[in-house]
Amino acid sequence: MNSLQRPDSPHNLMLYFQVHQPRRLRPFQFFDIGSGGNYFDDDLNEEILNRIAIQCYLPTNQLLLDLIRKNPNIRVTFSISGTTLEQFEQYAPEVLLSFRDLASTGCVEFLGETYYHSLACMLPGDEFEIQVMKHAQKIKEHFGVQPQVFRNTELIYSNEIGARISALGFKGILTDGIERVLCNRSPHHLYNHPTKTDLKIFLRNYRLSDDIAFRFDANELTIDRYMSWLSQMPNDEKLVNLALDYETFGEHKKLQSGILNFLKELLTSLANYAAYRMITPSQAMEHLSPHSQLNVPGYISWADKERDLSAWLGNDMQRDAFDSLKKLEKNLETLDDPQLIHTWRQLQTSDHFYYMCTKGEEDGGVHSYFSPYCSPYEAFINYMNVISDFSLQIKNRLSALRRSKRMRKTVLANAL
Amino acid sequence: MRILMFGWEFPPHISGGLGTACHGLTQALGKNKVEILFVVPTLHGGEKVDNGYIINASTVIIPSAMPAKITPLVDVAGLPSHIQAVDTKTQVMTMNEEGTEVTYLKAASSITPYGQHLQDENFAQVRQWNYTLPQKYSISRIYPESKYETDKVTSISSGVSYQFSGKYGPALLDEVDKYALVAGTISDQYDFDVIHAHDWLTFRAGIEAKKRSGKPLIVHVHATEYDRAGKNGDAFIMEVERAGMMEADLVVAVSERTKSIAVAEYQIPPAKIEVVHNGIIASEKPSNNFSIPIGSHVITFLGRITYQKGPLFFVEAARKVLEEFPDAHFVAGGSGDLFPAMVERVAQLRMSTNFHFTGFVKGEQVNKLWSISDVYVMPSVSEPFGITPLEAIQAGVPVIISNQSGVGEVMPHAIKVDFWNTDALAEAICSVLKYKSLSKTLKKNSTNEIKNISWDKAAKKIKSLYYEFATKTRLSA
Repeated sequence: MNSLQRPDSPHNLMLYFQVHQPRRLRPFQFFDIGSGGNYFDDDLNEEILNRIAIQCYLPTNQLLLDLIRKNPNIRVTFSISGTTLEQFEQYAPEVLLSFRDLASTGCVEFLGETYYHSLACMLPGDEFEIQVMKHAQKIKEHFGVQPQVFRNTELIYSNEIGARISALGFKGILTDGIERVLCNRSPHHLYNHPTKTDLKIFLRNYRLSDDIAFRFDANELTIDRYMSWLSQMPNDEKLVNLALDYETFGEHKKLQSGILNFLKELLTSLANYAAYRMITPSQAMEHLSPHSQLNVPGYISWADKERDLSAWLGNDMQRDAFDSLKKLEKNLETLDDPQLIHTWRQLQTSDHFYYMCTKGEEDGGVHSYFSPYCSPYEAFINYMNVISDFSLQIKNRLSALRRSKRMRKTVLANAL
Repeated sequence: MRILMFGWEFPPHISGGLGTACHGLTQALGKNKVEILFVVPTLHGGEKVDNGYIINASTVIIPSAMPAKITPLVDVAGLPSHIQAVDTKTQVMTMNEEGTEVTYLKAASSITPYGQHLQDENFAQVRQWNYTLPQKYSISRIYPESKYETDKVTSISSGVSYQFSGKYGPALLDEVDKYALVAGTISDQYDFDVIHAHDWLTFRAGIEAKKRSGKPLIVHVHATEYDRAGKNGDAFIMEVERAGMMEADLVVAVSERTKSIAVAEYQIPPAKIEVVHNGIIASEKPSNNFSIPIGSHVITFLGRITYQKGPLFFVEAARKVLEEFPDAHFVAGGSGDLFPAMVERVAQLRMSTNFHFTGFVKGEQVNKLWSISDVYVMPSVSEPFGITPLEAIQAGVPVIISNQSGVGEVMPHAIKVDFWNTDALAEAICSVLKYKSLSKTLKKNSTNEIKNISWDKAAKKIKSLYYEFATKTRLSA
């Protein structure tokens, strides 16, 4: 490992990419309720995944691999949702291989998250823990390592989530560096949890991240300009965390925009810049001590202007849809059918709720960019039709179960 | 007897009751030996008139010699700005593939179907929503129409013709004007005895045809702007309606209720208004065995989701019914500008698991809807007639209608409540669900009632009016 290559660098930089593609629902009409069957638009999901694989995942992974071979002190961190890994297995196994190649360089760390990129942290019981462990297992299976650091869906975080994650054995967690929890402190430090003090908290610099993810324009943002911002870092601010969607490279920003070249220049410049050391979260926890405790009593996230849960649970449609989903849990427990539970969890993926957001303005534009629907109302109704059908499936299975239990009882009684 | 009839939509491609009514009436008139020349803005395929022809206004060539302008109805300067905008179009000259000069006129986009204005583009898409779920990712799933409707003017040496969309889109008012222009030419080219125009969209066409031919004009009022929007109606549309009724030799209203609105809100002399109730095309109860296992208590709303149809009263009643029947399910079929508000209210009341939306339904889906319904509710704020309750009864579904619905005049046995009284509506729904004998009696009585509500009856009455006015005109000429 090259972690101590430049111990004197005053600053550390952690670059983390989120890799996620949901399983989008197929158009499910009211008249389809009761038909059962597949709820997901496999054709569409395959089409999108393959497109992004060709435009983003494969070329960017190749670029990273080439750069790491040339500059072994480059460090990159990924979080790949289980839903996405499943789709790689199904539709684009070559992408998995290219991530494995990256993993084998030793310069890449993989984070933990919920398997289904879900809002499970908002569900009662241990649903959240189950999904986190399921994801950790999947990462181990593919990349041979157990994730040590966690990032929740869309960086949703609170003291409570921190404590639950710490209890699962994670050493660190990522969230957004927003002013209302920093209280005049800088995001450029490692923090720790107020009660589970062993848990380190990484805060994203959202300005520097969004300068690339949302505002990148090759004519405006040169690498010199970006590096000059990084060079202005005060000496006592030790850690800059950049976090962006991996799909920024080639999908959100098309290759013609020059985004990949920017990434290449950024990594090359950082690798050769004495003031910064690139670092993975696990290395950061080894080398840095927490600055102070970060108290986050309410939920925060990296989404929208509000940076809270309102992107997914902000309006009545979203809340009613989520409540309807929640209500199914008890019967699913009784049935204990792995396939039904898998479907239920797929329906928890945060994207389904994100599409139902009715915020206007800039954020509304971002929501609608990601949405396969024309409007949040269609997203909601399609989702509710699926929920109605799914509830019926559960109901039918339950009554079948009760019937067979009754039969068994009768047979037993007769035998006696 | 030959009638020049102006319509806006005709089955199988319809968006509401107007097309259904025109179809039923022309079919019955045909059987009564009345020949119909039925003009529509454009053909969508599959239209057929039994005893007569369909004239596609988009193929009519207006001779160059004709002044390409119709008399302005009202002083444009005195109208609200969104109406004036119709006259300030952006003209783009382009050449099409054959080298013919084509002018695209981009009309004001603030005008929408029935005088209700677009909030934003999302809402426009919701309005047209028919559950095809166009997915942005896949080109093939995008709506075939462009976002802005343009109407295409083809200039040829002998004259011009207009390509109408025949839709209720942003270019509606502009198309209504062009339709009148084309109507003038049609009236020059055909021989007929009486002009019959259906609803305000065609009133200007009817007036133009009357001016050019001197033949009597009957305007048929299926719905008014007052029904659609109450006191907040579009001033321009109301003026078109008033002028149409004033210029006409006779006004046919679909109910006593509509007649009284014409008198009270449009100051039309009652003596020139005849009430002719709509009929229903006889059909057997659909043998559709379709079922959706959502429960044994299904209450249905079917119609445009607009102010006029009272969708939010349906939601409030649903909330009250659920208190007594927690397993009841509600289905709202249709779309319209109140669709988002209706969905949001349902979600706010946390009723989404029991309240379903189908989007715009047509054809076989309507039968599917009837086959799962235990009761149909039409809580219209102001319904000139309302054919849907008759269709429900035909399909064996008992109905509850508002007192503000014209169809009640021919259905003395239906349950009626005031549209605003959601307590009474909820109670009526609960009663039908609770007492199977009530549901049965309603079905039986209503089925008997609708035997007397036929298009043939309406056609016979209208035919005699045709003769009366054709003779009057001939005598005075």
